[in-house]
Amino acid sequence: MENAAKPALWMRLANPAAFNALADKLLWPLVIACLAAFAYGLYGSFFTSPADYQQGETVRIMYIHVPAAWLALFTYAGMSVSALGTLVFRHPMADVAQKAAAPIGAAFTLICLITGSFWGKPMWGTWWEWDARLTSVLILFLIYLGIIALWRAIDDPLRGARAVAILTLVGAVNLPIIKFSVDWWYTLHQPASVFRMGGPTIHKSMLTPLFVMGLAYLLLYFVLLIIRMKTELMNRRIERLRIAAADHAARAGG
Amino acid sequence: MNALWQVIKREWVLARRIGAGAELGLVFFLILISVVPFAIGADQKLIGRIAPALLWLAALLATLLGLDRLLQADEEDGVVDHLLLSGTPLTLVMATKALAHWLVTGLPLSLAAPLLGLMLAIEPQAMLPLALSLLIGTPALTLIGLIGAALTVSLKRGGLLLSVLVLPLSIPTLIFGATVVKEAAAGRDYSTPLMLLSGVSLLMLVIAPVAAAGALKHARH
Repeated sequence: MENAAKPALWMRLANPAAFNALADKLLWPLVIACLAAFAYGLYGSFFTSPADYQQGETVRIMYIHVPAAWLALFTYAGMSVSALGTLVFRHPMADVAQKAAAPIGAAFTLICLITGSFWGKPMWGTWWEWDARLTSVLILFLIYLGIIALWRAIDDPLRGARAVAILTLVGAVNLPIIKFSVDWWYTLHQPASVFRMGGPTIHKSMLTPLFVMGLAYLLLYFVLLIIRMKTELMNRRIERLRIAAADHAARAGG
Repeated sequence: MNALWQVIKREWVLARRIGAGAELGLVFFLILISVVPFAIGADQKLIGRIAPALLWLAALLATLLGLDRLLQADEEDGVVDHLLLSGTPLTLVMATKALAHWLVTGLPLSLAAPLLGLMLAIEPQAMLPLALSLLIGTPALTLIGLIGAALTVSLKRGGLLLSVLVLPLSIPTLIFGATVVKEAAAGRDYSTPLMLLSGVSLLMLVIAPVAAAGALKHARH
């Protein structure tokens, strides 16, 4: 064994035990880094960064809202990579990662929608505006829900994984088209956007907390992903043990 | 080629025998249109304004109807096994299934649309673009639906899930299709949305059979 070449890391991780060992090593440092980033980021967003001259204190919603939007997309990208891992490389951890990521992505998307709505009330005077960006995020949310529903509908985890992988990839191809069509629909039928949030005009005093919050969200994503993957592995193990126990009982009885 | 022709013929015969053929689809379309004035009032102007959207929504719903049984029935009675054994590429079989489904849903709807448009007080100059947009756009709806049908093939009550999976993906088709009719009704140039709509349909023609064949294969083992 000593002389055998060590396989690449991602191949070794195909073994749930190896994955768990690495996950346990990474989890606590990630949790601490995540908490630190949130502490620094939230302090920056609420206390040290200035209020906007037009939007006032409302601008602080941005520090919660924008990173959620980033992570909503980032999670989908990660799920698409996992989907390729499931379909092309048949990596056993890929579908675990994907199953674990879907509700996290849906949660980030929901945070983005709700905070967007909170921001819209004082800025636009309405909780919901059929604005191009709000609408595309809403559709992203619906796609996340569809993926979660498909996971729940198929009992066999292996078959479910492949069905979800195909749906995720079809969604990945469609998302740019949906984004484009919604933008196009909006410019065609609605007046120009009321406010342009963000953009290059944003000042450095606001940019720093925003990026720190983005980092905090990213770390949170990894923390949640690892915890959920470990839970999923444990669930599958319990399921196997149950089947084995039932099988054993049936043999003993028969 | 012969096997594919048989698939189409079989779909057609089945659709006729179980009474779910073109006629019933049209009746459903007609009922959807007839319900509208009761829901929003007999305001001709208002109806005329929202008619393009209504017809496109009706097309979307009518397409969804038969989808949950489109592949499931074949899976249950072993037709899929025979098709796999026959050596015909599953991707082509999927494309043919979509064509067969479209022949009994999308095509009749497109042809009947001008008549229903008349009832919904659509501008005369928008009638032809309406039929054209449905003719070009409904294949995309059927193809997206085919992916959903393949993904839910093993589920006993997959109809609702299928709608949840399929509807978000059909939004671009709906946007471009309804815009063609709206622009035409307003007397503006509608070639841009029509081309975008064609693009969506062509892209789906490439993606959907491959995705559906993959999903169907994976659902089997």
